[in-house]
Amino acid sequence: MTATTSKTMTTHKKDPLVRIVRRESMPLWKSVMVRVIAVVASLLVSGVIIYLLTGASPIKVYGSMLQGAFGNSPANYSQKTWITVRDTMMLLCIAVGLAPAFKMKFWNIGAEGQVLVGGIATAACMIYLKNLPPVLLFICMVGASLLAGAIWGLLPAVFKAKWDTNETLFTLMMNYVALQLTSFCVAKWENPIGSNKVGIINQGAANQQGWFPAIFGQDYMLNVIIVMALTVGMFFYLKYSKQGYEIAVIGDSQNTARYAGISVKKVIIRTMLISGAICGLAGFITVSGSAHTISTSTAGGKGFTAIIVAWLAKFNTFTMILIALLITVLDKGAIQVATEFNISKDMSNMITGIILFFIIGSEFFINYKLIFRKKEKEVA
Amino acid sequence: MVGFVSLFQQAVVFGTIIMFGAVGEIITEKSGNLNLGVPGIMYLGGISSLIGVFFYENSTDNPNKFVCVLIALLCAFLASAFGGLIFSFLTITLRANQNVTGLTLTIFGSGVANFFGGSLNQLSGGVGQLRVPVTSDAFRIQIPGLSSMNNIIGELFFRYGWLVYVAIVVAILAQVFLSKSRAGLNLRAVGENPATADAAGINVTLYKYLATCIGAGISGLGGLYYVMDFTQGKWANDGTLEGLGWLAVALVIFTTWRPKNAIWGSYLFGLLYWVYMYIVGISRASQELFKMLPYVVTIIVLIIISLRKKRENQPPEALGLSYFREDR
Amino acid sequence: MDNNIAVSMKHITKAFGTKVVANKDVSMDIRKGEILALLGENGSGKTTLMNMLSGIYHQDSGQIFVEGQEVHITSPKDAYELGIGMIHQHFKLVDVLTATENVALGMDKKKAKNNRVIAKAIEEICDKYGFDVDPKKKVYNMTVSQKQTLEIVKTLYRGANILILDEPTAVLTPQETDKLFAVLRNMKADGKSIIIITHKLHEVLAISDRVSILRKGEYIGTVKTSEATVQSLTEMMVGQKVELDIERPEVENKELRLQIEHLTCLDKYGVTALDDVSLDAFSGEILGIAGISGSGQKQLLESIAGLQEAQPGSSIVYINPETGAKEQIIGKDVTQIKKMGVALSFVPEDRLGMGLVGTMGMTDNMMLRSYKKGHSIFADRKAPHDLAVKVKEELEVVTPGLQTPVRRLSGGNVQKVLVGREIAAQPTVLMAAYAVRGLDINTSYTIYRLLNEEKKKGTAVIYVGEDLDVLLALCDRIAVLCDGKLNGVVDARTATKEEVGELMTHLKEEGVSADDGNDK
Repeated sequence: MTATTSKTMTTHKKDPLVRIVRRESMPLWKSVMVRVIAVVASLLVSGVIIYLLTGASPIKVYGSMLQGAFGNSPANYSQKTWITVRDTMMLLCIAVGLAPAFKMKFWNIGAEGQVLVGGIATAACMIYLKNLPPVLLFICMVGASLLAGAIWGLLPAVFKAKWDTNETLFTLMMNYVALQLTSFCVAKWENPIGSNKVGIINQGAANQQGWFPAIFGQDYMLNVIIVMALTVGMFFYLKYSKQGYEIAVIGDSQNTARYAGISVKKVIIRTMLISGAICGLAGFITVSGSAHTISTSTAGGKGFTAIIVAWLAKFNTFTMILIALLITVLDKGAIQVATEFNISKDMSNMITGIILFFIIGSEFFINYKLIFRKKEKEVA
Repeated sequence: MVGFVSLFQQAVVFGTIIMFGAVGEIITEKSGNLNLGVPGIMYLGGISSLIGVFFYENSTDNPNKFVCVLIALLCAFLASAFGGLIFSFLTITLRANQNVTGLTLTIFGSGVANFFGGSLNQLSGGVGQLRVPVTSDAFRIQIPGLSSMNNIIGELFFRYGWLVYVAIVVAILAQVFLSKSRAGLNLRAVGENPATADAAGINVTLYKYLATCIGAGISGLGGLYYVMDFTQGKWANDGTLEGLGWLAVALVIFTTWRPKNAIWGSYLFGLLYWVYMYIVGISRASQELFKMLPYVVTIIVLIIISLRKKRENQPPEALGLSYFREDR
Repeated sequence: MDNNIAVSMKHITKAFGTKVVANKDVSMDIRKGEILALLGENGSGKTTLMNMLSGIYHQDSGQIFVEGQEVHITSPKDAYELGIGMIHQHFKLVDVLTATENVALGMDKKKAKNNRVIAKAIEEICDKYGFDVDPKKKVYNMTVSQKQTLEIVKTLYRGANILILDEPTAVLTPQETDKLFAVLRNMKADGKSIIIITHKLHEVLAISDRVSILRKGEYIGTVKTSEATVQSLTEMMVGQKVELDIERPEVENKELRLQIEHLTCLDKYGVTALDDVSLDAFSGEILGIAGISGSGQKQLLESIAGLQEAQPGSSIVYINPETGAKEQIIGKDVTQIKKMGVALSFVPEDRLGMGLVGTMGMTDNMMLRSYKKGHSIFADRKAPHDLAVKVKEELEVVTPGLQTPVRRLSGGNVQKVLVGREIAAQPTVLMAAYAVRGLDINTSYTIYRLLNEEKKKGTAVIYVGEDLDVLLALCDRIAVLCDGKLNGVVDARTATKEEVGELMTHLKEEGVSADDGNDK
C-alpha cells in the first residue's frame, strides 16, 4: 500500500472477515456436545465411504459394527464383549501411563517400545522361570516388566533433563530399537524352530505358568482389575499427590516451578520412570493376560493410538476410558464389517483415522471462537 | 566383492525410498511443522499410484509406458499432498497438536493403503495378484548406455531404475531451494521465528501450507518407488513401508535438516539396514539386532547435536509449535 | 505547512480496553534532519505513540501527516512504504540466518536482489554512516550491539528516512552507546529524522536537538535541548509532587535483616546488570527501590531469592531474627534458602509467568510454596483452601470460584492472589516488585495497606516501584539504582521528587559513596 492509495481510504480500519479468538471457557455440556457432534459427523462420513465401497446401507453397516464389538448371537455376546473389554483395557493402560508425561508437556511418543520391552521381560520370565511358584513368578514378571519399561522411559528423560535433547524424536527412535529387540527375542525363543514365532508360551491345560488366572470364571477379569486400579490410582496421583502437583506446575511453566523450588530435572526423570513403567506393565498385561506370546505386533500400534487417547482426554484418566472404548469398539466393528462384506479388515484403521481427524479438529471449536466481521458504523 | 556389490545395490534401493521421505519431511519441518505422518503419507503415495495405473492398465489392451509413468507420478504426488493438506488444515487452521495429528495421519494412511491394497488383491484373485507389470517395467528402466557398463562402476552406480537418480536430483534441488532461493530463505525464517517472518511481511500460513503439502508430495514418491521398483508393482501388506517411513523421519535428524546430507545418509541407512545379510556366521536372531543400527545411530546423532549445541545443526527453532499472530 | 516537518501527529488518542488510556490527545512534530528525544517515565506512553507511527497499533482518533499529507498506517509494511522504520527493543531477527539474509527477508519480488547485491548495499550503507556489520555473520554470533546495528541497517536498506529507536542504549555498554550516537549524528547529517525513545537524561542532552516530553500518556511539551538542563527536564518528566494519602507508620524495632555487599550480577546477555551494590535492609521498615526499569532491580531481587547467579565477591548475609545467626544466601538455591529458615517472599514482576500457575485455580496456587509440607504423599488441600477463602474475602478477590484458572482473572485480582499468598507465609523479608502495576486505585491501596501491616509486624519489606509519588509516600528509605549501580539512598520522608528523579536518570561520578544521597 502506498501513500497515495491509502489516501483514498477512510479512517475506518478494516478488520479481517473472520477473527479467531481464544475462548475463556465453555460450559461442560457444550464441550461434550461439540465432541458428540464431531463423532456423529465422522460416523456419517465413514458411513458414506463404506456405502460407496460396499453398497451396503450404512444402518446395516453400523449394526454389524456393533455386532462385531459386542457379538451377534447369544452364544458369543459374552465372548466378543470380553475381547472388546480386554483390548480397551490394554489401550487404556498405555494411555494412563502416558498421562503423567503429557501433563508435564513431555512428549513420550515411545509407548510402543515401552510396551514391547515390558512384554519381552514378561515373556522371558514365563520361559525361563516357569518352575518358580506362581506367586513368585508373578512378582518377577511384574517387576521385570516395570523395570524394562522404566529403563526405556528413563533414557530419553535423562537426556532431556540434562541436555534438552528433543524427547519426541528420541522416544520415537526408541520404539524401533525395542521392535528389533523383540525380533531378536522372537528368533531366539521361536517355537517350533523355523516358524519365526514364539507360539503360545507354556501351552497346555497343565502348564499355563505365568498366565493370568481366571477370576469369577472370566479370563480377562484380572486385566480389568489391574487397569482400573491403575486408572483410579493415576487419577488421584495426578490430582491430589504432591508429585502430581509438581508435574502440573512444570507442565504450565518451568520458570514458576523453579521459583517454587521444584527441581525440574528430578521431576522429569521421575515422571518418565513412572510413565515408562506403566507402559511396560501394559506389555506384561498383554503377554501374560491375553496373548500368552510375544511378537513384533504385541503392541500393535496401540502405543501410538494411546497417545491420541491420552491427549484427547486432556490427561483425565476417566475420560480416557470412554475414548479408549470408542476406539476399540470402532476397531472391532470395522473388522466385523470387513469380514461380512468380504473386504480388507484394514478398513478399521481408515475409519479410526477419519474419526480421530474429526475429534482432533473439533477441539478447535472448544478452545476458540470465530467472530465474524460485523457491519460497523463508519466512524469519520 | 560380489557381496559388497549386492549390499551396495540393496542399500541404494532402500536408501532411495528413505531419501524421498526424508527430503519431503525436511521441507515440511523447515516450515516448523513436525509431521509424524510420513509413514502414512508414503503409504498414500504408494497405493494411489498403484490404483491409478491398475485401472489404466486394465482398461486398455496396450498401455502406454509414458502414460503409465505419468499417471503413477501424478497419483502418488497428489494423494500424498492431500495427506499433507489434511495435516495442514488441522494443525495450521484448526491449531491442533502436530504430534497427535501426524500419528493419526499415519494410522489413516496405513489403513487406507492396506485396505485398498488388500481389496484390490482380492478383486484380482488373491494376494500378489494385483499387478501392474507395464508400469513397473517402465519405472525400472535403467539409464541407457551407462547401465550396460560391465565393470564395477556400472554395477555399483547404474543398475537402478531411473527414480533413484530422480531422488538425488530432488534432494539437490531441495538443497538449492533452501539455501539459495529467496523463497527458501523465507521458509527457513518461518520455521525459525514465525513472528519475525510475519513482521517482515511473509505470509506465514501460506508458506506453512505449501511447504507441508509439497513436502508430503515428495515424501509420497518414496512410497511410489517402493511399490513400483522394490516390490515390482505388487502390494504387500507387511509393514515394511511403515518402518521405512519412520526411518525417513530418523534420517531428517541425521541430516541435521540438510537435504544434501540425505543423499549419502539415506544410502548409509540402507547399508546399515542390510549389513546383517553380509556378516558371515551370525545367527538369525543377531541379524535382528543389526537392524537396530539406523535407529541407534540416529539417537546418537540426536544426542550429539544437543550436546554440541551448534546452532546450525539444531532443529528449526519453532518446530512443533503452532503460530498464532494474536499470541505475540 | 512547514516544509521542514517530516512527520506530524495531531490529537492522537489511543486506549487499551476501557480503562487504560495510553495516549491522550498528543500532538507533536518531527523535523527533517533532526534527532528528537522522546522523554518520559515508564508507562508514559512513549512506545505506544511510536508504535502507531510504525504500524503496530492504529490510533483511536487523531491524524498522522507525512510530508504534509495525511496517511493511514495499518501495518509495518505501510510504515516502510512511507519511509518510517522502527527499531524495537526486542529485535526482529532470525538467529540462524546471516546479516544479509535477515535484510533480504520478506522483500518484495521486485526489490528482491541476490545476496551479493544486498551484501554490497549493506557495505555501502555501513561506509556511508560508519556502521560496522559483517554481512556474512550469523545473528546468533553477534553481540547485542551488532544486532541493533543490523536492525538499523535493515531499516535503512528498506529506505527509511524516519528512524525510531526504542530505548536503544538499554542493552549497550557506554562504548557501544558512543558508537551508536556517532552513527546517529552521521544519519542526521544525511537528512534523516531520528526519534530516540529514552528516559536517560544525560543521553538526551548528549545526542538530541529537541526533546518532547510525555507524562502519563499526555503531551507535556517540547524544548530545545540547548536550552534544557537536567533539572528542567526532570521537572517536566516527573511533574509536580502529588500528595498521596498513604499511611506511613514510624519505624519500630529496627534490626539489620539483610546485608548486601558488593553484589554484582550479569544479565542473560552477559552484560553487567548489577554493579557492586552494597545495601542493608532492616526489619520494621519499607525499603524502596527506585530506578528506570532494567537498572538491575530484577537481578537484585532474584539474587536474594536464590534465582540469580552472582559474580564472585558478592555477598548477601541474612541475619536470623530469632538466633541472630548470620547466614550467607549466595550459592544456595531456592529450596536451600527455604531450608535455612530464611523466609523470603518474592512477588516477581512477571506474575503469571513465574509467581503463579495460570492454568490452576486459587486453591492450587496457594499451595505453590507450601505443598511439600507434611509427610503424606498427598498434598494437603485443606489449608490452601482455607487460605484461598481467606485471601478471597480479605482482599476482595473477584473470581467466579476458587477453582477458576487464575489466568482468567483480571490483573488486579491476580496480584491480590499473589501478594496474599506471599504474606500468608509469614515472611521475615518480603520483596514486592511493581506490585501495583496495572492495578486500579482501590486495589493499589489494599496492597499498600498489606505492606504496612507487614512492616508493623517487623518484616523487612523491599518494595520495587516505578511511581515516585508512591515510593516517597510509602517507603522509609529509597535506594536508587541507575545503570546497575546504587546511585544513592535517600530518606523518603525528606527527599524531593526531583532529587530521586535525577538519581534515577543521571549517574553520579564514580567514587561517590552511596550515602551521599542524603546530602543533596
